[in-house]
Amino acid sequence: MSATTASNLTIQNLNKSYKVAGGDVEALQGINLDIREGEFVSIVGSSGCGKSTLLRIISGLENGYSGEVKIGGKRIGGPGLDRGMVFQEHRLIPWLTVEQNVAFGLNGLENGERDTVVREHLELVELTGFAKALPHQLSGGMSQRVAIARALVNNPQLLLLDEPFGALDAMTRIQLQQEILRIWEAERTTMVLVTHDIDEAIFLGDRVVIMSSRPGTIKKIVPVHLPRPRDRSSYDFVQIRKEIFTEFFADVERPFAYEI
Amino acid sequence: MASDTSSQLQRFQHMLQYFGLTVVLIGIWQGLYHLGFLNPILLPAPSQIALAFWDLFKSGDLTRHIGISVLRVLEGFGIAAVLGLGLGTAIGLSRTLDRWTDLIIQVVKPIPPIAWIPLAILWFGIGEQSKVYIIFLGAFFPIIINTIDGIRQTDHKFVEVARILAVPRFKFVRQVVLPGALPAIMTGLRVGLMVAWMCVVAAELIAAGSGIGYLIMDARQLSQSDVVIVGMITIGIIGKLMDSLIKRLESRLIRWKVAFSGN
Repeated sequence: MSATTASNLTIQNLNKSYKVAGGDVEALQGINLDIREGEFVSIVGSSGCGKSTLLRIISGLENGYSGEVKIGGKRIGGPGLDRGMVFQEHRLIPWLTVEQNVAFGLNGLENGERDTVVREHLELVELTGFAKALPHQLSGGMSQRVAIARALVNNPQLLLLDEPFGALDAMTRIQLQQEILRIWEAERTTMVLVTHDIDEAIFLGDRVVIMSSRPGTIKKIVPVHLPRPRDRSSYDFVQIRKEIFTEFFADVERPFAYEI
Repeated sequence: MASDTSSQLQRFQHMLQYFGLTVVLIGIWQGLYHLGFLNPILLPAPSQIALAFWDLFKSGDLTRHIGISVLRVLEGFGIAAVLGLGLGTAIGLSRTLDRWTDLIIQVVKPIPPIAWIPLAILWFGIGEQSKVYIIFLGAFFPIIINTIDGIRQTDHKFVEVARILAVPRFKFVRQVVLPGALPAIMTGLRVGLMVAWMCVVAAELIAAGSGIGYLIMDARQLSQSDVVIVGMITIGIIGKLMDSLIKRLESRLIRWKVAFSGN
């Protein structure tokens, strides 16, 4: 379904600073990252490390940075339909039904065509029976599925996920992680996931980008060469978790004993 | 069945809570009269007021005055609603228009409509136009101010979603901005209607030959305090009914918010 043109994302020497109380705060410094077409990249970091800012820059919502952000070799200039985004809060419009919310991003299509696309995407997130429901009638997990469907209606080449499961309970979170994996395998959309959940990052990503805070820089990139679906308690998985864990908590003697 | 009777009991309880205080106060009022504490010329008893009400109603005078006042309110409020919603939406959506109009709105807004009465009479005479004009002024500002505020309160998160999805401006306004502003707009309409109703009485008190305000003024000159109070209570009841009507319209239009009105 996704476009066949080269849609790889290139970030070169990206810097971003904010003015806070008169002083400059470095949010991002010297970020270099290449993401291949169809790749699933997780970005982990503690809160305030600028990982969300990075995602917002890629989405085009954030301006005023230095460096280059290119998609398929072209510099981005503001938001575009080649990129979809799912936020931590579902951001569904409360007075629109589920299908209207999904159709919100569909423009310039005829009614019949639009209905078909909406139906297809509700099927994709397995919410066909809820087309006429209002957001307040949905659970948190269902709302986030609708948000995913809405982000995918225009068949973006790149889907940006900004801690999309952070507000969900543990059960629903695992369920939605499997769901997003299934969607990724079906649509082959390039995905960039920002999270603070190390398990989630490893479970989903082809690579895990570890960021450190103040200024936000890329500390390390850990490839995850494990076949999917991944077993969170397998030896290799735990080894990778341990490797990432030590990046954050270097002084902990036996991070292995921690359950996340 | 058991739950039926308990829900009936609860309904009775709610009715009691709703009307109880009013009934008790009227009872005390009537009691004070019987104990000889009240001078009926200054403050007649509820029973006397009820009698005066019945007389006025029977003669058709009360209905006539109410009809005239309500018509004036509907005219003035109608014009205010159309202009207030239209201009408010335009100003809410356009920063430029806002800068052009803000000063004049902010300065004219605090002038009480009653202060306009002398000019209104000079311009329009003491006929219908001057009253409708006063009512319009009273209702216009709450409506336009609330409409602008409602539109400005559009959640920034939805703006971002719309930017990401490249939603055309017109669609965004129609599907997000206006429905989101609706609660504030309804508040503006409610306040506007309330003020319109106050203004009609004020305008009629000063210059009119009919209407509830005239009824009160006329009765004052004849020292009929019971009729004065009949007029006052009528104003209160009709104001409450109008408010309830808009509230009902509001809850019908804003179904999606029903979930939050619990407790």
